[in-house]
Amino acid sequence: MAGARRNAGVRPRWRAMTALRAIIVRDMRIAIRIGGGAMMGVLFFLVVVALTPFAFGPDLALLRRVGPAILWIGALLASLLALDRLFAADHDDGSLDLILTGHLPLELTIAAKALAHWLTTGLPLVLATPVLALFLNLEPVGTGAVMLTLLIGTPALTFTGLIGAALAVALRRGGLLLPILVLPLTAPVLIFGVAASNAAVVGPVPFGTPFMLLCALTLMSLVVGPFAAAATLRHGLE
Amino acid sequence: MALIDLANPTRFLRFVERSLPWLVAATAIVFAFGLVEAALAPDDYQQGATVKIMYLHVPAAWLAMFAWAMMSVAAIGTLVFRHPLADVAAKAAVPLGAAFTFICLITGSLWGRPMWGTYWVWDARLTSVLLLFIMYLGLLVLWRSVEDPTLAGRAAAILTLVGAVNLPIIKFSVDWWNTLHQGASVIRRDGPSIDPSILVPLLVMALAFTLLFVTLHLAVMRNEVLRRRVRSLRLLQAQAALRV
Repeated sequence: MAGARRNAGVRPRWRAMTALRAIIVRDMRIAIRIGGGAMMGVLFFLVVVALTPFAFGPDLALLRRVGPAILWIGALLASLLALDRLFAADHDDGSLDLILTGHLPLELTIAAKALAHWLTTGLPLVLATPVLALFLNLEPVGTGAVMLTLLIGTPALTFTGLIGAALAVALRRGGLLLPILVLPLTAPVLIFGVAASNAAVVGPVPFGTPFMLLCALTLMSLVVGPFAAAATLRHGLE
Repeated sequence: MALIDLANPTRFLRFVERSLPWLVAATAIVFAFGLVEAALAPDDYQQGATVKIMYLHVPAAWLAMFAWAMMSVAAIGTLVFRHPLADVAAKAAVPLGAAFTFICLITGSLWGRPMWGTYWVWDARLTSVLLLFIMYLGLLVLWRSVEDPTLAGRAAAILTLVGAVNLPIIKFSVDWWNTLHQGASVIRRDGPSIDPSILVPLLVMALAFTLLFVTLHLAVMRNEVLRRRVRSLRLLQAQAALRV
């Protein structure tokens, strides 16, 4: 009885924060313990980056020039291919229904899940970049620029890809359909990410111009992604 | 007739049956007029006769963007108002929009070869239109791969609204980036920068293309309504066969 009264006294905002933190911790725990989500993304990144010199030939000067682009393509594919399981596992075991019927605003819950997903798949990609940049003969400045742009840009990829992840659950379709639908939406992020990385190394544009646009894209996707994904889940699973 | 009256598919079909012959006639007349005007229009002093490609290229580009804008309005109709014909309208516009985008890309490429010396450059205007084309194809695939029309309609509506971000990028790409493509020359604050002898045929062709779009759109919508009726009748038939 006393416990219930104490609970009722807690302000709702506090309970929402606790619940969101619980979701983030739970998702990160699942990602790290089971399925190896974080490791798989980095491994895929490594494979893509290791394969491209086979296609281009081991010309170190050429690789230095296209290195930022290769790293960006690898990170783009790695972070999007990891996304289709974001809601699928929760849908299979029923926890997605609980989330949908819960008190929390669905948009916030989804944003929390996306944040957890980025921390376990996007951030490892950024941390793996310096090692992979060695293969591509990048200078320290180039490596730093790619790391910085990926740090800012991969959240945009995750939050744009959220829409694809929600569609995968709502349409009960996986496979090639979702990359076809989502990859065109990520084109601006790729364009400005690579442009900023190249600007830092060779110019002629100052680094700040494309970088600011990249930041703007990320901020926009942080808003649009959760809302679109929430709408997809609500309309698709009712 | 208010939009809400057309929510009844039978009334919509009657409306289409009555208006379609007039629309077909109007499209044919304006097209004939526009083509003659375009043929008689003077050549450009620099580009020669190749400027005539513009009479197909520019209206197709406008329609390519107009179709997506219309789909976005229809998407709001699907998601917010649950208008029963909204997702029919959205679905019918997808192949038409894709076709107009394709015409725009092809004619632009054929025009670019003599004028710019290349079929394709990776600049902002061309790239954003190519992305528009890819997104149209993506929607086409989405509509084809999901069997339940309501489910596909809602998913397509959300994707359409997200993809609408591309429209202002296409429109302003010539102002924001340095590009081979010429800047806005019809809708400008200081009035069109095109001579009336070329502008008038262009506007007539734009009207003709718009009429063509509306005509085809209504016809495709009618086909889609009928197709859905056939689908639900078949489902009923199958259920009846199971019960016996």
